[in-house]
Amino acid sequence: MSWETVIGLEIHVQLNTNSKIFSGASTSYGSEQNTNTSLVDLGYPGVLPVLNKDAVMMAIKFGLAIDAEISRRSIFARKNYFYPDLPKGYQISQYELPIVQGGSLEIKLNDGTKKVIGITRAHLEEDAGKSIHDKFNNETAIDLNRAGTPLLEIVSEPDIRSAEEASSYMQQIHQLVRYLKISDGNMQEGSFRCDANVSVRPSGQAEFGTRAEVKNINSFRFVENAINYEVERQIERLENGNEIIQETRLYDPDKDETRPMRSKEEANDYRYFPDPDLLPLEIDQETIDKIKNLLPELFEEKVIRYTEDLKIKPNDAEEIAKNMQIAEYFEATLDHFDNDPQLVTNWILSEVIGVLNRENIEINAFQIEPTQLASLLSRIEDNTISSKIAKNLFNQLLTSDETVDQMIKQQGLEQITDEGSINEYVAEVLNEFSDQKDQYLAGKEQVLGFLVGQVMKRTQGKANPKMVNELIINQIKK
Amino acid sequence: MKRHTVKELQNMLADQSISSEEIHQIYLNRIKSMNDSINAFISIESDEISLSSEQKNSEIKGIPYALKDIFCSEGDKTTCGSKMLANFVSPYDATVVRNLREKGTVILGKTNMDEFAMGSSNETSFYGNVLNPWDEERTPGGSSGGSAAAVAAGMAPIALGTDTGGSIRQPAALTGITGLKPTYGRCSRFGMIAFASSLDQAGILSISAEDAAIFLEHMAGYDQKDSTSSIEEVPKYTEFLNNDLTGKVVGLPREFFDGSLDSKYQTLVTESIHEYEKMGVQFKDISLPNIKYSVPTYYVVAPAECSSNLARYDGVRFGHRSSEGTDLDSFYKQTRKEGFGPEVKRRIITGTYVLSAGYYDAYYLKAQKVRQLINQDFLNAFEEVDVIMGPTTQQSAFKLGDKLDDPVSMYMNDIYTISSNLSGVPAISHPIGFVDNLPFGLQVIAPHFMEHDLLNIVHQYQMSTDWHLQTPNLCREFD
Repeated sequence: MSWETVIGLEIHVQLNTNSKIFSGASTSYGSEQNTNTSLVDLGYPGVLPVLNKDAVMMAIKFGLAIDAEISRRSIFARKNYFYPDLPKGYQISQYELPIVQGGSLEIKLNDGTKKVIGITRAHLEEDAGKSIHDKFNNETAIDLNRAGTPLLEIVSEPDIRSAEEASSYMQQIHQLVRYLKISDGNMQEGSFRCDANVSVRPSGQAEFGTRAEVKNINSFRFVENAINYEVERQIERLENGNEIIQETRLYDPDKDETRPMRSKEEANDYRYFPDPDLLPLEIDQETIDKIKNLLPELFEEKVIRYTEDLKIKPNDAEEIAKNMQIAEYFEATLDHFDNDPQLVTNWILSEVIGVLNRENIEINAFQIEPTQLASLLSRIEDNTISSKIAKNLFNQLLTSDETVDQMIKQQGLEQITDEGSINEYVAEVLNEFSDQKDQYLAGKEQVLGFLVGQVMKRTQGKANPKMVNELIINQIKK
Repeated sequence: MKRHTVKELQNMLADQSISSEEIHQIYLNRIKSMNDSINAFISIESDEISLSSEQKNSEIKGIPYALKDIFCSEGDKTTCGSKMLANFVSPYDATVVRNLREKGTVILGKTNMDEFAMGSSNETSFYGNVLNPWDEERTPGGSSGGSAAAVAAGMAPIALGTDTGGSIRQPAALTGITGLKPTYGRCSRFGMIAFASSLDQAGILSISAEDAAIFLEHMAGYDQKDSTSSIEEVPKYTEFLNNDLTGKVVGLPREFFDGSLDSKYQTLVTESIHEYEKMGVQFKDISLPNIKYSVPTYYVVAPAECSSNLARYDGVRFGHRSSEGTDLDSFYKQTRKEGFGPEVKRRIITGTYVLSAGYYDAYYLKAQKVRQLINQDFLNAFEEVDVIMGPTTQQSAFKLGDKLDDPVSMYMNDIYTISSNLSGVPAISHPIGFVDNLPFGLQVIAPHFMEHDLLNIVHQYQMSTDWHLQTPNLCREFD
């Protein structure tokens, strides 16, 4: 029998507001335990939540970017359960009326095909704190720094049909929230994580199979692995005549398997009801319009502009735009050097990204400022230096505070473009390598490269190679 | 010194016949000599007062007050009448406390109350019941029973309380004082330990409506820390206290006058109506058809909210913590079993039940709908009348222990008061006479944010009567 996989993803995006969603405490990562906590985050007697407007603006931004409806009125509810890292004994979350409803996102798969994934809703909620089980012998420690951090939970329709689609969807949501600057998307720090609802059904069957929810997946690779494992597990069970149990499972990357969570950690009856401490969230059209006008250029629009206006090769344009920070770096470089966008593209895709990969850093930690890259490329463009010397300087810039122009001057790297002096070198070379000169005249044109190389060597690479080329031919043919 | 109103203290301070330090000391002495029997205070703040220059030179500077132990006050033990918070010292001030502190008022102590404000007799307090200064075998009512008894006995000139279903008005009625529950959202709830968030409101227990007006002005107002507080401007209540009542139209809901009130109380209500008529007030029969659902509606909504509000008392971060637990579940269970009393447990269980899947629609959602209908009843009535009047309670102070084993009978204590919490409208109770030497109260209910009207009406009544100035016998020795 052939099986069809059905997947829905719930992605939790930590919004990068300065303070928490219902308190003034900082959201910065990595602070000492329990220091980013106000009395509100600690759930003290008598305290009340006050909604952070920035989180609301960010949710609206996201909703507009996926063509969703922004609810003019949404409600915060209490999700009640006891756990030591949940200080109030309930989590404030939007339940029946979320702020964002009914959007969609077009994803692109490896084979180039496109597919639209429906997004049911996106809602605001607060994160819980952390329970630390492994630091103290037989005791659990609680760190409430994360408690109250704003989250946007993005719930997809069960439109996803494979692990690859799931990973692609997750990557594109990741790209989108970074484009919108509503999240740093840092997956190691847990700013971007997802739960996958996975089920299988016989191909052609209309009803969904029983699903399992795989919780807390924090990488694109893990989402693929977890789904593949889960699909295989479910098919095997069904083919052996067993049923699928609706349950919550955890993916263990070390063992590459999913396994059921302890039943106590599972959903019970959350007794949702509207939080009487918060008024319904009302959003007027004016606010929505204002945010709409502030939306940044998104991926697709950028790719179109890069290919049509800047005449960049389509694949290169996508590569640059894929990561908004890279695109920003690219555009900042263009601000200072706009003669040849494709040259800038080539340098970023090969040299800059080469360094990022080698050093495993993000573009914001990259050592060379866009202005310096621009001036390096300008010097190539105006024939001051050759590409070869430029690459050398590029490597020096990684560890130097000097500017490109200072380096060129101090190291005497200006390209030789004076015809007279190049001709002198050419004459010398032709004199020394008269055999090769004869070979060229006999029709063996490949030796030209050798002769050029000899001239370059004598000029320590500073002669303009194009001119060297021309002048050699001129002199031979004289 | 006999019992003094805030107004009188203001005058004495103004003509410098007494200092604020002297006033403070007199009340502290009085608390010390009476509290052992009355048990109105859980803790007494006997530190010397130092009125700093930062405190504005306000009209209430130097006036001491008693604070219900449900309000957080910085550096003070704040127990909410519960063993759960027996060791809890608040690190911050409730907004209303902060507001009053900035005006130079002085906290005398934290008053006894039903545990987490759940109760109508003060008998659910972990710190023992409060005695009614009029009859020490009787309850002062609840949940703000300590605040009511303190004011009635002259241990404080004025006190703050909270009212979720009648917790200011009922004890005020049972102790012969004036009790104001303002409009929901009029005073910030920040720092007021939550019982039922959509019903809780801070208010005042005082000798006179004029005193309530003086204090409310400084307590009330929008607070950005409480999203449910109102941006409606706070009027200068004292400037509304001299308006003639001629032409005022008062509604008498037939549901409050259905013959169920004992005739000895009915007589007092009728006499007070005559008194008002003498002042030019017109009376009109009205109907609040859905008011009969108030008590059941309340006992769905309030426990539901309380079951969630009290979830934070888990022994993890503050408050009582059991040493008995062996794992997480038993730790929670033991902590909450030991920390909460039976009435609190009863309401948490009720609330958990009405919110649970499968029952939510039938109970909580339906109760919210009925609540809308009750509110609509008030809105309709206020199209025709300025305010509504009726008895505050069905009887005067009952004997301690009388209703302790019969929760439903206890809940019926709030039959006249609960509807204004469900609707959010302001209401005030004021004394209108005695039955068998026990005070009885009349309730006046006004449209949202019409506290100034309520205060003026009662002030006018208190200008021509002296029921509110009657003092219990045990105060005589201090005269």
